[in-house]
Amino acid sequence: MNAAHAHDAHHDEHPRGISRWLFTTNHKDIGRLYIGFSVIMFLVGGVLAMLIRTELLRPTLMIPPEIYNQIITVHGLVMVFAAVMPATTGLANYLIPMMIGAPDMALPRLNNWGFWLLPPAALLLVMPFFLMLFGIGNGAIDTGWTMYAPLSVQGGMGVDFAIFAIYLMAMSSLLSSINVIVTIFNMRAPGMSMMKMPVFVWSWLITAFLLIAVFPPLVAGVTMLFADRHFGTHFFNAAGGGDPVLWEHLFWFFGHPEVYILLLPTAGILPHILSTFSRKPIYGYKAQVYSFWAIGALSVVVWAHHMFTSGMPVGAQLYFMYSTMAISIPVAILFFCWFATIWQGSMTFETPMLFALGYIVLFGVGGLTGLVLSDAVADQQYHNSYFLVAHFHYALFGGPVMGIIAATYYYLPKITGRMFNETVGKWHFWQTMVGFNLTFIPQFFLGIAGMPRRIPDYALQFAHLNMLSSIGAYILGSAQLLLVYNLIQVMRGVGKKATAQVWEGARGLEFTVPSPPPYHTFETQPVVQ
Amino acid sequence: MPAVTQNKGHYYVPQPSPYPVMLSLAIFLVAMGAALEVNALKAGPWSMLLGALILVYVLFHWFGSVIGESEGGVYRSWEDRSFRMGMVWFILSEVAFFAGLFGILFYERNISVPRLAQIDPGFTLYPGFTAAWPSAGPLGKPFSTVAPWGIPAINTLILLSSGVTVTWAHWGLKTARRGAAIAGLAVTVVLGLVFLGLQAHEFYEAYNRLGLTLASGVYGATFFMLTGFHGLHVTIGVIMLSVILMRCIKGHFKPDQHFAFEAVSWYWHFVDVVWLLLFVFVYWL
Repeated sequence: MNAAHAHDAHHDEHPRGISRWLFTTNHKDIGRLYIGFSVIMFLVGGVLAMLIRTELLRPTLMIPPEIYNQIITVHGLVMVFAAVMPATTGLANYLIPMMIGAPDMALPRLNNWGFWLLPPAALLLVMPFFLMLFGIGNGAIDTGWTMYAPLSVQGGMGVDFAIFAIYLMAMSSLLSSINVIVTIFNMRAPGMSMMKMPVFVWSWLITAFLLIAVFPPLVAGVTMLFADRHFGTHFFNAAGGGDPVLWEHLFWFFGHPEVYILLLPTAGILPHILSTFSRKPIYGYKAQVYSFWAIGALSVVVWAHHMFTSGMPVGAQLYFMYSTMAISIPVAILFFCWFATIWQGSMTFETPMLFALGYIVLFGVGGLTGLVLSDAVADQQYHNSYFLVAHFHYALFGGPVMGIIAATYYYLPKITGRMFNETVGKWHFWQTMVGFNLTFIPQFFLGIAGMPRRIPDYALQFAHLNMLSSIGAYILGSAQLLLVYNLIQVMRGVGKKATAQVWEGARGLEFTVPSPPPYHTFETQPVVQ
Repeated sequence: MPAVTQNKGHYYVPQPSPYPVMLSLAIFLVAMGAALEVNALKAGPWSMLLGALILVYVLFHWFGSVIGESEGGVYRSWEDRSFRMGMVWFILSEVAFFAGLFGILFYERNISVPRLAQIDPGFTLYPGFTAAWPSAGPLGKPFSTVAPWGIPAINTLILLSSGVTVTWAHWGLKTARRGAAIAGLAVTVVLGLVFLGLQAHEFYEAYNRLGLTLASGVYGATFFMLTGFHGLHVTIGVIMLSVILMRCIKGHFKPDQHFAFEAVSWYWHFVDVVWLLLFVFVYWL
């Protein structure tokens, strides 16, 4: 390209129509793409969850078991990689430049590339299912989202597609992490020192560090898996001196920090919401930042607590048990800071605040049941039971998903310039709370009673609790349609106009610009006092 | 010069660009094609070929436009710092990748093979298996290893020298002696190519004379995976160095502003360090 054409995009004009979204270098457009993609994939994953609970409604087979295995696997992969991660990345893209007073993300074209790797990845994940319908192959990946060897070595073509989907998602995550780190280090407004950055920005910085540390080893791992499947290697095969447990190490070295990669950004957005609706400043800023560091550091050294029943020396079991329990300390500090933030505040309970409080309650249950599972001795019983499924969903729905919904409601008026329907929002919250607890509380009892996970059929004594759980799931699933309703309404421009500050108690640079913000927020950087 | 007001607080945000989404499409086609190919479906190679063509097209044009912007002078020190940080964090992710590969090597060597040999002889599927390294595992075919003090040692010398020559080129660029920069880069590219040639010869020998293949148990698997991924990175490095060489010949870069050159040299040094670890832990010990 000729130098004379190299002028940059600092005017409010932008291409119209589809090319605006395909070619964009604007952090707000890319943030909205991420969030929109996440909503769609959240619904896809949700439909799969409804299918799972429909199969488990009664002790009988409705869906063929091999299809059921595909459903649970794709549900897990879609929710983790295509729903929750893009949602937090979308929030990062939209908010971080505004929060630190930056003109845009540091590397805008790579930012766009990072997003546009995700739809192809999701397509690769589900494509073999549709190929199966045309008689090609035996469907999508069906090994469970953990892809344990040797099952995944022997699996059908769905595993190959999933491996390539993971490559694309890894590229996307690395691009967005590099972008976030460089933006935070290089693009802050004058006066915005590191320890003045909003908590959300800090939480994403640690998240990005984690992604760069743990995603590449998983890429190495799936490459080994691919080689074992097609090139005759023996990484995970004892006949050649390999070890299937090695896969578990590789997977969980990524998989455990992944939980914190999903959690931390929402733990970062939570204090903003709590502080706004309590009309008090965030309590314990430094303590929260240091807790993020501690959680990030601990999360990469505890992975084998997922493998207590896989066979490990006692010393290793003890180490992984105690180090896992140690994570509860920085997490408890976060909880303490959240409580202290709302303590004696003049609280109001708008929808974002309700979801934020719901987050504290549900994620609290998830964290405490995690302590139960981290006990190497007790885990012998809980392992691979429905107790684990319930714990996991309290931790991942109760934490990240509730946090993302809270953040969505909190920033929706800022992004669209319209207030959403508060009554519908409140209904959404209460129906979600009732539905979620009704779905997963019975699963704790099912697990303790001995029902294993990942089975399409079960013994008769589990029938009542499973039916209860399925009814809860339908309530929970249908509740999310209220969110979709609210999203569509504000996008159509229905509803009161939002002010620049949106919420009475809101603070921060992003609430100093109009709602919706101009296409390029800070042509000249603000100076932070 | 572009008609933008370069006030102090101005950061260059590029115009909307079609290349990122095209690159994603290319990668999608290559990935889908590979997944179809390993499952013996006819569409696979065609999809990969189409993807590769788009990939090459996009790389030429995307890098071309970035080089145009760079030579057009739109990047100031603020943008330059973003690029540097971006490259550093990219290399750190590569470090994490190779750390994972070395972790696999150490695990197989120090945990999985010894443990297989320690199983109670009354219960094991593989009686008489002893933990020795190199190992093809209980059922693997015997093989010989590549001797460290032959080609691998020469390759070590070659890569270390190439680290020196790329620094020589850098020094030439910094002191505005373009001849030295071009010569240094040219020698570095040649050394990289010689390394790759020797490595290809070594792989050929391993397969045909030593009986060392990907299927030679954990030793063969880790050996080829580690050296193969390193070789891939050297290949990418040589391509990048060649581009930088071309740009040097065309008169690009200034003594005080040559981020692309430095990024490539950092990458080259990283590949160099990985090789030293490979030489010690894969070939030698």
